Order: sequence, then structure tokens, then C-alpha cells
Amino acid sequence: MARKISYQQAINEALDQEMERDETVVIMGEDVAGGLGSPGERDAWGGVLGVTKGLQPKYGDDRVLDTPITESGFIGAAVGAATAGLRPVAELMFIDFMGVCFDQIFNQAAKFRYMFGGKAETPVVIRTMYGAGLRAAAQHSQCLYPVFTHIPGLKVVTPSNPYDAKGLLIQSIRDNDPVIFCEHKFLYTLEGDVPEEPYAIPFGEANITREGDDVTIVTLGRMVHIANEAADNLAKDGVNCEVVDLRTTSPMDTETIIESVENTGRLVVLDEANPRCSIATDVSALVAQEAFGSLKAPIKMVTAPHTPVPFSDALEDMYIPDANQVSDAVRLVMEA
Amino acid sequence: MQLAREELLRAYRTMKTIREFEERLHVDFATGEIPGFVHLYAGEEASGVGVMMNLDDRDYIASTHRGHGHCIAKGCDVDGMMAEIYGRTDGLCAGKGGSMHIADLDKGMMGANGIVGGGPPLICGAALANKNLGTGGVAVCFVGDGAFNQGTNAEGMNLAAVWKLPAIFVLENNGYAETTSSSWAIGGGNPVDRAKGFGLPGVSVDGFDFFAVHEAAKEAVERARAGDGPSFIETRLSRYYGHFEGDSQTYRGKDEVKEIRESVDALSQFREKVIGAALLESDDLDSIDGEVAELIDNSVSKAKASPLPTSEDLLTDVYVSY
Repeated sequence: MARKISYQQAINEALDQEMERDETVVIMGEDVAGGLGSPGERDAWGGVLGVTKGLQPKYGDDRVLDTPITESGFIGAAVGAATAGLRPVAELMFIDFMGVCFDQIFNQAAKFRYMFGGKAETPVVIRTMYGAGLRAAAQHSQCLYPVFTHIPGLKVVTPSNPYDAKGLLIQSIRDNDPVIFCEHKFLYTLEGDVPEEPYAIPFGEANITREGDDVTIVTLGRMVHIANEAADNLAKDGVNCEVVDLRTTSPMDTETIIESVENTGRLVVLDEANPRCSIATDVSALVAQEAFGSLKAPIKMVTAPHTPVPFSDALEDMYIPDANQVSDAVRLVMEA
Repeated sequence: MQLAREELLRAYRTMKTIREFEERLHVDFATGEIPGFVHLYAGEEASGVGVMMNLDDRDYIASTHRGHGHCIAKGCDVDGMMAEIYGRTDGLCAGKGGSMHIADLDKGMMGANGIVGGGPPLICGAALANKNLGTGGVAVCFVGDGAFNQGTNAEGMNLAAVWKLPAIFVLENNGYAETTSSSWAIGGGNPVDRAKGFGLPGVSVDGFDFFAVHEAAKEAVERARAGDGPSFIETRLSRYYGHFEGDSQTYRGKDEVKEIRESVDALSQFREKVIGAALLESDDLDSIDGEVAELIDNSVSKAKASPLPTSEDLLTDVYVSY
């Protein structure tokens, strides 16, 4: 039975149901419960924004492991535990903190299966919060999923709504490869229909959130909502956009992208990340190689500028791509 | 020396296998037949074997770029190792890992590691898995004196302490991080004091003395198995060759290695002690020497005869979408 819950509740429910089902699933991270060794309450935070609240009282300290602030230490421990029989879900509080623990992710976790000749499995999930919009400035707001997508051996997930968040997290926990599960901090309070029972959404299957024949908009994460808003506005003017929510960037559903562009003949790629070597450039290159003959207009990218994320709300609002920019891009490719 | 005859023979055989394996690679590398980088463990045998004689297949180890000795001591197949170093399909990692990435999870060998300081966080996880799954196993991290100054080493020791993990951190201090002296690079000078700062009981032992290492490791492993938390051991030793094969070693003292080989060599010491105490006969050890030489000879022949991987192998064992 589906009922409305938030993106944040959907993630908590996925963790709870998988921990219930499989006792090798453990979670670890900084203040995932909180208050350890402190005089006040235990489970004080349940993660910095409360996403894991309630799991420590239910599953205990052996399965909900608070860590010191030691990202290399506990991300590496999650990777090591995964090779030794557990299914850890580690929480890297902000994706920006990958800078202090990246070796354990890209030189260790990502490489084991291939480097050890297929004999190692590393079923670890790293949940991490990304994206701009909360005035958190340059070191707490980035969209670094393209960096992970670049690394063979990692799978990268960017759910855009509560239904996908639950189904993709359950799939991530059950997957035998390391998964970087990217949660947009702006979406935590977004509500949507989510079935109570556990379900898994396979990786590499994009979701078409609007159907249309004129322009394809390929996007992901929070930007799906910006694309939908632009598509709704454009429909009033008789321009019908097809919005493709990638859901996962590795693996990526290239088939759906190409099919859609072959039908519409026009492509706008909308990505909140900085533009160089991004999902926007990746999708553009894919379409240029595989569907060039179908294109009626040059490909257009709508992205953040190639700057750090600014603090001031006046600047940050300009930094984040909005529906007007998308509409402008769509009109441009329609006119070409 | 409370070890049974069979254990003494096994310890000697393992140390001798490592020595012969590494000496052979030293010779063969110069012919140009071995691809890539090779970092030899010769000289350090008593450390790896002294620790590993206390472990079994439940126990995990994380190793270093100088990992061949750890692999052999943890039970990795010697033929599979040699074929891996030659980049062949019969290699333990099917030729996809090479010298710096030999691994065998079934033996608890989590991999040699090309990243200096890659291992300490990983063994915290392996120790946690053993603890949560109730296997009774422990996890051991080997680092060199270079990795000892990496942040991951400090984070690993701290995390093991606060989680009270069945973990053992072994610093194999061979005196040089590449060319740089550990006496210069280790702030505070005494690694045991640093470990104690994290709350880890620690000892420093003569790493050429198998019995000293074995005794220290026995105590640490017992402490870990009993649920009494992590420990630290420094083994002071030397490498007989360069940082990698091809290293001109101009940073070392004149006759430094020659003097060490003649005075404190781990295998010579072991031989003298067990024969002096009438625990083993010279013949016992000589016959092992012969068997090991044959084993290594055969492993090289098999490696050279093993096929190279094909283009199909390039794209397996990883998700590929392009």
C-alpha cells in the first residue's frame, strides 16, 4: 500500500527494512545516532539531518555504529567490512568530504573486484548528501557525482523523488558492487507516494517523467523537478518536452536517451554540476556519437557555471539552473 | 621456544620460500621478463612469518606494496603468485592485479596494496566483520615506516581503539621510506609511544628474530581474540634490496646490507638457534632448502608457460557501459 512520505523517510524506511531482512547490513558514520559518550540523549541526531533517526535504538550499537570524525578511517572500514562478509551502509555526511577519504573509495573499493581477478566482492553503500540551495557555500554544496561516475567499478545513484529513493537504496544495499548513493539535500522534505513493502528498482533504467515529441531534456536529481516545471510551462505554448530522469549515472540508461532523441531530434541536458567533464557533457557526447543523424539542432547544455558554489543567496540563486534557463534553451533548439 | 617440531619446520619452510621467491625475482627482474614494479621482502621474513604463524584462514591481513612475503606466509599459492607477477591468466588475480595487488580472500589475504597507508582503515572493517559475525577471527595490518606517517594509519589505530576491535597493527620498520630515513621521518622518534597515545598496548621487537616476533604477535592475537582490543607491534628490520628493483640505493651506507646479512640474517639466526637447542637437525633444514628451490624453479616455469590474458579478459570483472 502506497502512502505519502518524504524522501528522507523513504531512505530511513529502506535502511530499516533491509536491516530487518539481513543482519549483515550495518550502518556507520558520524552521528548516525549521535550522543555517544555524551551526558545527554543517545540517538540525539540520527544523522545530521535526522535521516537515520530511530535505527540505533532498534538495532543497537553493533549495527548502528557512530564513528569519530575520521572519514578515511570509517569509509575504509566500511570497504574492508564489505570484503569480509558485512553489507555496510556508510554515511559520508556531505559529498564534499570525499576529498579526505577518496583513496578508500576509488583506489580500494572500486578496484578490488577487477584487480583481484573477479574474486572479491565489495557490497558497500556510501550514502552522501549533495547539491546547492541551502546556503551552505562552497564546501558543503557541490554536485560531485560526475567524479564518481568517471571511476570504473563504482555505481552511482541519484534519486529524484521518495519512490526512487527507497527502491534504489534497497537495490544499492543488495548490489555486490560499491555504490555511491547521492541524496540531494534540497529534496529531503519532498513528499511522494511510496509503497510500504520493500521493493528494488534496477540500476540503469531511466524514468520518463514527461512524454513529448519536440525536445528531449535529459536530467537527474533535483533538476528533474526544474525540468518538469519548464516542461509544464512550455506545454502551455504548445512545445512538448520529454523529460528523462537518469536515476543512475553508472550504469547509465543510454538506450532510453538515444531512443528519445531519435524521436524528438532535439536535446537539452540539464545538470546541476559544474559543466566540465560532467553528466551534461557525457550525455552530449553520447548523443553526438550515437544519434547525430537524428539531431535537428545543436545540443544545448544547461548547467551551473564553472565556479565554486557561492554563499550569498543572491549569488546562489543565480548559480543553480532554473526553469527559465531550461525554457530558454528549449526555445533556442526549437528555433534552430 | 615452545613451538612443536612441525611448527618450527613450517616456520623455516615459509621463511625460506619467501627468501627464495624474492631472490629469484631479483635475478629474473634484471632480465626484463617481469613487467612493472617489484618491491622485494627479502630480509624481512621473520616479521611476516612470526606474525602469521599465529593466524588461520578466519583472520584477515592487509599488506603493502612489499607484500610477497605476507602473501606466502598467509598461505597464498606460490605458483599463482609467480604467474600473477608475470601477468598471466593462471595468476591469483588472473593477471589483472600484479605484484602490488596479489590477494586471496579465501585465505584472509585482503591484498597487497599500491597505496602507502591503504590498509589500516580496511582492516578495521575486517576486524569489525569478524567481531559482528562472531567468527573469532582477528585482522592484522602491516605497514612500513613510510605508511606509519600517513593519516590513515592514525585514523585506523584510533578507530580500532574506540570500537575495541580485534585488530593488530604491525609496523615493519626497515629504516627507509623509499630513500628517506625513518629516524628522520617519524616525529617523536618512538612508534610505540605513538601507538600508546591511541591507547594501544605496544612493543618493539627485533624483526630479524622469528621467536621475538612470534612471541609478541602471540600475545597481541590472544588479546584480540579475547575481546580485549587492538595492539601495536614494531618489528625493526632491514630490506636486502632497494625500494623497488632497479633502485641504485645510493642513500644507503657502504656495506650496510652485507653486514646485516652476515650478522643478523633471519634465516641464519633461526638455523643456529634451532640446531643449537637440538630442536631440529641440519639435515631437516637442508632438505627443506632443496624442496623450496625446486618449488620456486617450477613456479617460474609454470608462470612462463601460462597464457597471457586475452581481449575478453579486459572487460570482465567490472561493470562496463561503454
